[in-house]
Amino acid sequence: MNNDVLTEELPADPWLAAPPPVPPASRVPAGSAASTPPPAPVPPVRTIVLDRAPVPVAPPHQREAVRTQLAAAGPERLTLRNVSIHYGADRGSAGSPNGRRAVNDVSLSIHQGEVLALIGPSGCGKTSLLRTLTRLTELTPSAARGGEILLDGQDVHALQDTRLRSRVAMVFQQPNPFPMSIFDNVAFALREQSRKRPRRREIEPQVVDALRRAGLYEEVREDLDRPALRLSGGQQQRLCIARAIATGPEVLLMDEPCSALDPISTAAIERLIGELRRELAVVIVTHNLAQARRVADKVAFMYLGDLVEYGTAEQVFEAPRAERTREYVRGAFG
Amino acid sequence: MNAYAPQALADPVGLEPPRPTRGRGSSLWGWRLRDQLILLAAWGAGIGLCLIAGAIVLYMGIRGFQYLRPDLLITRPQAGVDQNGAGGFLDPLVGTAVLTLIGISIALPLGVCAAAWIVEYGQGGRARQSLARLVESSIEIVAGTPDIVIAIFGLAVFQLGVLGPLSSRSESGVVTGHSFIAAGATMSLIALPPLFAATREGLQAVPAQVREAAFALGKTRIATIRRVLIPSVRSNIATGATLGISRIVGDTAIVIVVLAEGAPRNEAVGSTPVLGFLRGTGSSLTSFVYGNSPAGEGNSPTKAYAAAFVLLLFILALNGIVGLIARAHARSSGFDVGEARL
Amino acid sequence: MDPAQITRPTQAPLASLPAQTPPSRPPARGRAGGAALLARLRRPWGDRRAELALGAVSLLICLAVGAMVALVALRAWPTFTHNGLAWLGSGGDVDRQIEGMVATSNHPPASAYHVRAWPLLYGTLLSTGLALAVALPFSLLSSIFIVEFAPKLVRKVISPVVRLLASVPSVIYGLIGILVLVPFVGNHLVTIPEKRSLIGTVELTGASVGVAALILAVMITPIMVALISDALAAVPNAWREGALALGVHKLRATLAVSLRAIRPAIVAATALACARALGEAVMISMVSGSISFAPSLGHGPLTFLAEPVRTFASSIVDNHEGFGGAPALDSTLYAFALLLLFSAIVLSIGAYLIKLPLRRYQAAR
Repeated sequence: MNNDVLTEELPADPWLAAPPPVPPASRVPAGSAASTPPPAPVPPVRTIVLDRAPVPVAPPHQREAVRTQLAAAGPERLTLRNVSIHYGADRGSAGSPNGRRAVNDVSLSIHQGEVLALIGPSGCGKTSLLRTLTRLTELTPSAARGGEILLDGQDVHALQDTRLRSRVAMVFQQPNPFPMSIFDNVAFALREQSRKRPRRREIEPQVVDALRRAGLYEEVREDLDRPALRLSGGQQQRLCIARAIATGPEVLLMDEPCSALDPISTAAIERLIGELRRELAVVIVTHNLAQARRVADKVAFMYLGDLVEYGTAEQVFEAPRAERTREYVRGAFG
Repeated sequence: MNAYAPQALADPVGLEPPRPTRGRGSSLWGWRLRDQLILLAAWGAGIGLCLIAGAIVLYMGIRGFQYLRPDLLITRPQAGVDQNGAGGFLDPLVGTAVLTLIGISIALPLGVCAAAWIVEYGQGGRARQSLARLVESSIEIVAGTPDIVIAIFGLAVFQLGVLGPLSSRSESGVVTGHSFIAAGATMSLIALPPLFAATREGLQAVPAQVREAAFALGKTRIATIRRVLIPSVRSNIATGATLGISRIVGDTAIVIVVLAEGAPRNEAVGSTPVLGFLRGTGSSLTSFVYGNSPAGEGNSPTKAYAAAFVLLLFILALNGIVGLIARAHARSSGFDVGEARL
Repeated sequence: MDPAQITRPTQAPLASLPAQTPPSRPPARGRAGGAALLARLRRPWGDRRAELALGAVSLLICLAVGAMVALVALRAWPTFTHNGLAWLGSGGDVDRQIEGMVATSNHPPASAYHVRAWPLLYGTLLSTGLALAVALPFSLLSSIFIVEFAPKLVRKVISPVVRLLASVPSVIYGLIGILVLVPFVGNHLVTIPEKRSLIGTVELTGASVGVAALILAVMITPIMVALISDALAAVPNAWREGALALGVHKLRATLAVSLRAIRPAIVAATALACARALGEAVMISMVSGSISFAPSLGHGPLTFLAEPVRTFASSIVDNHEGFGGAPALDSTLYAFALLLLFSAIVLSIGAYLIKLPLRRYQAAR
């Protein structure tokens, strides 16, 4: 198979990873081979030159070492056992005709210190799965979840939702800073989670630290009281990350965090993910395969609600076990 | 064919959907004291609102069924102010209808034309824009002006000697300014803002392609407005008109100040059949209720309750019409009448 | 570019063709002027003329409103010139001053204009202020309840009822007030010693500032609830979810994010409700006792609420029968109206100005 071809000179983009001469038999199941047109020529390779360097997040001496730092995965944080999500089920009654099963029997484990990328075409249940990890699916009245999710060995249903969500933070697809100042945004969880509202002076170090870890501090330090909605899209998303990590969660969930952003902001956030990986478990949903390849340690490929393949990034991208994964990774559909 | 098209895959049919389970919510005892109190207060306020609303509707309903007899609707009030004896409120009913008719037939063309001008012509050029802004703020001023102020403005206008023929003159030759025409015209001012607002919102919501398509067919701008745009915002205009009518029906101050000085019977001026009636004074349901409450001189609370119940039924019906129009229209577009209603 | 100019050439070229304009144009114009005008009117309207007609209607509305402001101001002028700034001061019984004007002649002496309107201003501000103080927190809380906590069924029932209450005529509220609340307060809440303590000053019948403010609050609450709950329901889901995902409970998320986001709507609702309360005439006239008494906290808080009051709007209703007879009375009542008109305009401009800085934090959306 063509796995061997793809070992050494890995281009960044899986589009380019597919070698031009594909034997028809390996692309499509036998039977329809005769009608298959010859494969389209691969687009010419272009080098994308960013007009300025991405903002450095890590100190210079660590800058090149992001990916190689991981020695071994840390302890298991989240465990998913046979998780299913169903929409449109009538409350209590089984099998509603209009119901739709979005996630089907997924079992996974998420470890501290590694980045898990959920990949797959649109509408295959990635986002539902991600949202259910912090019980946000409960906000949808028609959604029902089966199976078991454990956070550090404890069933998330037994945790108070506020406690769970302060330990498992979430960053959404569209940057959603609140209509308040930058400072208030980052301080939001610090202030509102605690029983007694802390003063600004008490939480300022934490806010600055979160902004710094999110790589935003240098850009906004002059005026932390600026309205957050005046920031650019990339800055807003990093602000949302800062907001999410300000209270020190154990797991960070990211739902296509870069899909609304330009390449420079995307690069900044990807570096940031590499940094954050050291202290928390990161789950990132993306249907940008190149991004998954750049940031992920483990990759889970989902298709129409099923977990098709789960393994290390190298294994899934370079030696996928399932035919469907191979096709998807190569760009045959999706 | 793509082998991995969705239909090629087995849909997981036959799988039991998981039972919807909800995990533990956040414990109230962990909340701040302030939040606990606010939650309590919010429930209290919500339930209180329901109770108050229910009490008002129920109370008026009970009183209405208690005191409303059919003959009240078809007999004329007693002559003179005191309504303690026999007699119903036919005249106020007619008065309300006439006032509504006059008011809305003045406000409707004004509101629709102004809205059409603002949306269709008010954008081109600096002069037009500033006139458009002027018109909008004028209507906003009218919308915010208390009805009592509009009432005495109407009275002042119709007491001008030039407008004498529209009302009657007292023995000393002074124009009284009290007539159905005067009150109806004044009423048109309070019906104007909701009409204007609803029509303007409707016109603004018509996509630009509709206009472009009409222009592309060689229609002039005014033909587009008359044959395409106005018909397409009919339901908005209807909503606005209904809201305007419910304002007119419910208004008291203008009736008391401009239409009459308390007598519940409609008194025509002169012998001309229609014009005499319109130049004459009279009453409406609202002024009848006011006059028969202890605050007025009619002194017949049971009739006041009955008339108020009829009034409430009118308002209920008008509200229902607005709801129906909105629901019918919501199916074809996302128009929301919420803002224009108030 | 002016859209009217794009379409105008459809008619203009025909008229300007050289072949169609004979040399004898001036006399033809003079002779058949009337007939031509008629013919022109019968033709389908050109854009230019249609625009002029519609524009004229719009201008008419502006003129009417301008006339209203000007006329009211003009009529109010004499009383201001005769009294000066003391007009708003206190001194004497304003009821008696106004009643005295009814008898004055068509050419009143300067002394006929004497009026000190402070008790009315006080009464207006007091009833409006009390009503808002009750209605604002109540409507905020019940909006939160309706949007965030109410069961679905309750929500479905309550919103149309709120809309209905917002459009119930004020005279019905006044009727309930004067037939139910006023006797109740007068017979059960006001004690004999309280009545006795004010003998010779004012009679405590139950028609009072407290009842007036309470009914005002009931009248303006539905308006505010409708506007605020609409705004609350329209808060982007991303903010709601974003707050919940940060481990904040629902009420806190609503208070800290949603309420903050809808502050412009709250300001607008409050301004609208305030304008309604200031201008409410008929209901107040029915339940407030219509005595220009200035309730004083010195009599004790409960007595204070049971004391009668009179507002600008209600005194116009109470004295409308004298209109057109005595210029001094007319001028005084128009002065009340001018103040109401002025405050309505100030409120709407003020609400607009307050909303501007509040929008700052939502600039990008």
